[in-house]
Amino acid sequence: MSETENITFIIKRQDDPESSSYEETFHVPYRQNMNVISALMEIRRNPVNSNGEDTTPVYWDMGCLEEVCGACSMKINGKPRQSCTALVDQLEQPIRLEPMSTFPVMRDLAVDRSRMFDALKKVKAWVPIDGTHDLGPGPRMAENKRQWAYELSKCMTCGVCLEACPNVNSKSDFIGPAAISQVRLFNSHPTGAMNKNERLEALMGEGGLAECGNSQNCVQSCPKGIPLTTSIASMNRETALHSFKSFFGSDHEVN
Amino acid sequence: MAGNREFFYRRLHSLLGVIPVGVFLIQHLVVNHFATRGEQAFNDAAHFMESLPFRIVLELFIIFIPLYFHAIYGVYIAFTSKNNVNQYSYFRNWMFYLQRISGVITLIFVTWHVWETRIQAALGEEVNFSMMADILANPFMVVFYIIGVVSTTFHFANGLWSFLVSWGITMSPRSQRISTYVTLAIFVALSYVGVAAILAFI
Repeated sequence: MSETENITFIIKRQDDPESSSYEETFHVPYRQNMNVISALMEIRRNPVNSNGEDTTPVYWDMGCLEEVCGACSMKINGKPRQSCTALVDQLEQPIRLEPMSTFPVMRDLAVDRSRMFDALKKVKAWVPIDGTHDLGPGPRMAENKRQWAYELSKCMTCGVCLEACPNVNSKSDFIGPAAISQVRLFNSHPTGAMNKNERLEALMGEGGLAECGNSQNCVQSCPKGIPLTTSIASMNRETALHSFKSFFGSDHEVN
Repeated sequence: MAGNREFFYRRLHSLLGVIPVGVFLIQHLVVNHFATRGEQAFNDAAHFMESLPFRIVLELFIIFIPLYFHAIYGVYIAFTSKNNVNQYSYFRNWMFYLQRISGVITLIFVTWHVWETRIQAALGEEVNFSMMADILANPFMVVFYIIGVVSTTFHFANGLWSFLVSWGITMSPRSQRISTYVTLAIFVALSYVGVAAILAFI
């Protein structure tokens, strides 16, 4: 009975960052409501490939298991998404799993997303409040603005937008859509806005906003439905105004 | 500007594609359209254009320098992208891909066209209706010119859409959708003007 209820997985594997990749096929007994991660857990429990040979367990990254941490992103049947919310019942079989190709592969399906965190540091995607004394409460934020900003704050740095973007690749140093949208989030925060020009200038630097080619794959692919292309266009406007003000302005631009 | 040269070049690329190159394209296609009113009308119009005062300065600063900056930097941009329309076959991704293909076709076409007309004029040939009629007597050249003109008008119209986004003019999805329709209409209209002129020489 379980013979007929097998799910086939074709997994692109790689033993370490330097070695070359290979494909391995696994048959996993079907269970109701299983997702890709529960299938990977089954392979880890019983690491035998489709030829009946013992093999090493497939390695992958995961955290929250509810699509908020972004760690378990991988290409599933060619599309980058989170493996925790990829339900086997909704996937075409055999199910093909590959690591995202924009990032360096660490092992099997786990990639190194450091470049995304470097990009967040580059654009100063935080509100600087640390100091030697208590700064007191910041300005209040309107409730409708808070609700709007919450949508942008859903970004989990999962890497799907960078994977989908044709301009994020080994030939370019484009920081990608996620960090650009974070600048919009922090520049609209009442306290964060006090440093907005620093973030805009970072966006105007190397690998910044200007490298976007408007393919708009990011907004189509974002699992959290973040309006990434609206953020990009909005930052296009802000940086254009900022560059005019700082070039034609009478003095150092303060606000 | 030292720290953000790339930003400056990209914005300059976007601007020059519309002003002056895009404006010149419209003017050129409109003047060509005189061909539909007969040989004399076209020759008069062409003669007026080539006898403008300060012709060389106008050509240099309104056409050649901006055009070739846009073209060469554009080729660099085109070759730094990794196209993925097979995997992500969304409308805008196709437009992104076609923008790069049409850019390369347009560069080849325009360079050939400049050689065949403007450079020959500088070498003493007269650019007039019969010159174009001779070129377009060859059916291969008719196809080449039609592909070249349509690729140019597509690149301009779709580039206008990206220009509006790159300068932060159209931000909302709705405004970007409407500008898609408007620029599509511009593409159709300019293609008509350009192709009608080509067919008038045959």
